[in-house]
Amino acid sequence: MFDLTGKNALITGASGGIGGEIARVLHGAGATVGLSGTRVEPLQALADELGERAHVLPCNLSDAEAVSALPKQAVEAMGSVDILVNNAGITRDNLFMRMSDDEWQSVIDVNLSATMRLCRGVMRPMMKARWGRIVNISSVVGAIGNPGQVNYAASKAGMVGMAKSIAHEVASRGITVNTVAPGFITTAMTDKLTDDQKAGLLTKVPAGRMGEASEIAAAVLYLASPEAAYVTGSTLHVNGGMAML
Amino acid sequence: MSDVADRVKKIVVEHLGVEEDKVTESASFIDDLGADSLDTVELVMAFEEEFGIEIPDDAAETIQTFGDAVKFITEAS
Repeated sequence: MFDLTGKNALITGASGGIGGEIARVLHGAGATVGLSGTRVEPLQALADELGERAHVLPCNLSDAEAVSALPKQAVEAMGSVDILVNNAGITRDNLFMRMSDDEWQSVIDVNLSATMRLCRGVMRPMMKARWGRIVNISSVVGAIGNPGQVNYAASKAGMVGMAKSIAHEVASRGITVNTVAPGFITTAMTDKLTDDQKAGLLTKVPAGRMGEASEIAAAVLYLASPEAAYVTGSTLHVNGGMAML
Repeated sequence: MSDVADRVKKIVVEHLGVEEDKVTESASFIDDLGADSLDTVELVMAFEEEFGIEIPDDAAETIQTFGDAVKFITEAS
């Protein structure tokens, strides 16, 4: 089940914990992967680890022109983009009353606007192919909010509304657009939390533990697979029961 | 019928799955040939590729009928 042989997948934020694992899992299912991110070294290390069927495609997602060029570079490297995983995201946390325009805009630019541009960039060939999978990685905070993350939560909620709208437009063309919303996942970002902070967070998680990047990747694999053709516009919450939506 | 018209008709017939004789000069893609708004976008994309031209959005909006398409493409190419 879930065989992606012959499919080409572009993954943004592939240098991060979750993005790297998504790339490994899609690659493991037979897909050719385009690894995008800002830092070339970890991307190259991942490509070396994966061996064949892996391409490094550096891109700064805060640069609109670079974002628009990325789908074309991916097509040049792989031949097509059948699966797009918008995983890259940044945070610039601050209390709302102190949040600057720049803190707001930079998060919206990378998390939401770049996602829109990438979706637009891959849409024409997907329409022609009558097949496509877009999976946006949102966050539980896009659904329930989080103090200090007004910008991040807005961008993540925006991804959901955008995915649903695109899903409406292109469903008849065999293209699905879905969202995965992770809860607390073990990554470099959450490693920085103290044990007390982690314990505090876990009181809100019925599963009583943090999630693993591989558990997000498994959800992406399903939504990217031919078997998920009838699932579109949905959000798959992978959060250990933290928010049952 | 001109070469352009033949090529446009072929695209329309293939894309919309309609009978060739339904594709008349005044046939509206949406009202007469059953296209939805996304079909019209795809038709424009197909015309652009077939004829190697760019059809800007504001021009695309004026292409409502088979005749409109042939006229625009003839002038543009």
